[in-house]
Amino acid sequence: MQVHNFEKVWLGAAILLIVGFIATISYGTVGAGISMVDDSGGQISAQAVQNGNTGTQFDDPGVVQASEDQVVVYVVAQQFQFRPGSGDTPIRVPADTRVTFKVTSADVVHGFSITETNINTMVIPGQVAEVTAVFDETGTYGLVCHEYCGAAHHTMGGSVEVVPKDQYEPQEVSN
Amino acid sequence: MVFVDEYPKTSKLIRSQFIVSFIALALGAVFGIVQALHRTGTFRIFSSADYYTILTGHGVLLALVFTTFFIAGLFGWAVSNSLERVLPQRAAWGAFWLMLVGTVLAAVAILGGLFGAPSILGHSLKADVLFTFYAPMKAHPAFYLGAALIIVGSWIAGYAYFKSLWNWRSENAGERIPLKTFMVITTMLMWYISTIGVAVEVVVFLIPWSLGLISNVDPLLTRTLFWYFGHPVVYFWLMPAYLVWYTILPKLAGGRLFSDPLARVVFVLFLLLSTPVGFHHQYVDPGIPEGFKFIAMTNTMFLLLPSLLTAFTVVASLEHGARQNGGKGYFSWLRNLPWGEPAFAGCALAGLMFAAGGFSGMINAGMNINYLIHNTLWVPGHFHLTVGTAFALTAMAISYWLVPQITGKKLQRRGLAAIQPYIWFIGMALMSNAMHRAGLAGIPRRTAEPTYSEFSFEGVAGTVGEMRLQIAIGGTLLFVGAALFLVVMAETWIAHRGGRLRVNSVFPDPLSGPEHSPRILDNYKLWTAIALVLIVIAYGPPLAAMLADGITAPGSPPIPV
Ligand code: HEM
Ligand SMILES: [Cu+2]
Ligand SMILES: [Cu+2]
Repeated sequence: MQVHNFEKVWLGAAILLIVGFIATISYGTVGAGISMVDDSGGQISAQAVQNGNTGTQFDDPGVVQASEDQVVVYVVAQQFQFRPGSGDTPIRVPADTRVTFKVTSADVVHGFSITETNINTMVIPGQVAEVTAVFDETGTYGLVCHEYCGAAHHTMGGSVEVVPKDQYEPQEVSN
Repeated sequence: MVFVDEYPKTSKLIRSQFIVSFIALALGAVFGIVQALHRTGTFRIFSSADYYTILTGHGVLLALVFTTFFIAGLFGWAVSNSLERVLPQRAAWGAFWLMLVGTVLAAVAILGGLFGAPSILGHSLKADVLFTFYAPMKAHPAFYLGAALIIVGSWIAGYAYFKSLWNWRSENAGERIPLKTFMVITTMLMWYISTIGVAVEVVVFLIPWSLGLISNVDPLLTRTLFWYFGHPVVYFWLMPAYLVWYTILPKLAGGRLFSDPLARVVFVLFLLLSTPVGFHHQYVDPGIPEGFKFIAMTNTMFLLLPSLLTAFTVVASLEHGARQNGGKGYFSWLRNLPWGEPAFAGCALAGLMFAAGGFSGMINAGMNINYLIHNTLWVPGHFHLTVGTAFALTAMAISYWLVPQITGKKLQRRGLAAIQPYIWFIGMALMSNAMHRAGLAGIPRRTAEPTYSEFSFEGVAGTVGEMRLQIAIGGTLLFVGAALFLVVMAETWIAHRGGRLRVNSVFPDPLSGPEHSPRILDNYKLWTAIALVLIVIAYGPPLAAMLADGITAPGSPPIPV
């Protein structure tokens, strides 16, 4: 086979580019520790979530203080709201604290993304999505369902309020 | 001799396929402008709840129907022109009718949603589930049945190409497969391998489930089967565009293809690498271990290689053409290309935009940067450059060249045809760049409303209001571009025959011909076997894990939308 010299140079450069991409992403994953959403959240029955009889914290979703410097936020996504998150029940979490979101669906596929952050996951019935983050800036962030979930999908939003750590008061967990 | 006189039967088939594809394009473009104006809050005719019916229609008609019918026609021409034989008529027409029935079923199911979703056979006639139809959202069973028929029809269309090749081989033992046919066959092999995923999803799971024969499906499993097909399908759109760029465009530029062997290598790479990458659409899905996502990411990155090679070969061929026309200098040869010829200009602009689409695609493929843009408007911004321009504009442009040959009629309204690709280009530049930036600002895709009650978006570069305006203006220009194309086609179609056509399907030899390519490239069995092994590596373990707890567990019942 006849390969022109210019072609060889181009081919070499292309392979170098590709290997470079893979290397930076590998570094991001291993070195910088940006972890992906994976199967760590485990499975759950979507109907049980719907009926509130999973026997887990999802029956009473909200923010749970897991330890001195970690909170876990249980969120149920369902047509067309986040519990908590939507309307007048924003998710309230402390700044400079490890926040783990555990999100699951009571019906169809939804999305869960917090604007201006890297927090972005699919919410699939039967699965629990788990994402951990630390907010270093206080303020109100937007919460969006970014996967079409039915005729009122465009109303499925919410907000996340990040308050200074010393002003944060763990709430009573309730619906 | 003109193609239509030489192959009247094949021409009739191609004409029928093109008509269906152009009707789909027309409807899809109307839906497109409705969406662009609606979701930016510019002008509204439908309710926001109906937006999703329109969006389903747009996705299905353009991404599935327009593309599949156009490709069937283009491939029919490519096989028949390069093997110099008539396509097997029974198989080819059977395929056409199956695909048409499927299209009508799916279209009726979708449009039913705009007419009050009447109950038909015990299910409400609607299908606003978008073209990805993720379970457990349920559409009318006719929608799934229609989708299945379109796919089965395309399989049979492929059989007609294989049959032609076998017949040709028995008469031309030992000869190299002509490049155009080689490309068609490689693409179809890739298509067979990848459509198995969606066929299993629809036939084994969604049809029985939508009819109530089984009560549950596993949403993650069906989603995974969808994306097993969902990425390769983009190569099913792109490879025909490549066929045009490699085999026809150099001639339109006044030159010859640079390298036939390299073109074959590129297509073989697509066959091998297109399928084992679907998990890159599921980077942020729960329930899938990180390692599988990582394997898909590395495969995806290597899939850049054939596209980068294509960029080289196509540009080199164009440069050769321009120099034949007297072009000089490092870059000033670009001026010696026929920018006023609609077929050439459309393909060249499509290729240019594809380069931009390639860059945003690399961002999508970057496993961790994907968080920034997953399911935001960035994503439609990206694929309107790829399928919406690289494929669609190439298809329109090459129709200016091909339709005269399959009808025997001169292209009408050359002036309109000559400006049409530029209008599409400008419209897409506006719409797509604004969509990309809006995505970075976190604005989601697939949503009817520009704002939320709980918070508002802020632009990173430029204001959100300015992005909306650009999307509205760009979308309107695109609609005008599609309309101009359809006007030119309609007038050409109804014109009288006569006069000399300015086009023909005679091709100059490549600078480096097939005799330079190793024979092993034509060994389809080998490549198919390797492709399957790669798929088993990428998909075997995750599918086994999803199936281990029972094929419908964790299960979800249908939820009407
Ligand atoms: C008249 C030209 C076009 C206009 C104005 C247009 C506009 C749009 C808009 C505004 C969206 C919706 C974004 C959203 O809400 O998420 C969209 C989605 C889409 N468009 Fe286009 N588009 C055009 C042409 C095309 C072409 C030629 C193709 C493919 C061949 C295409 C394929 C798609 C697909 C697949 C979607 C996504 C559907 C989904 O998310 O389910 N469009 N388009
Ligand atoms: Cu939702
Ligand atoms: Cu939603």
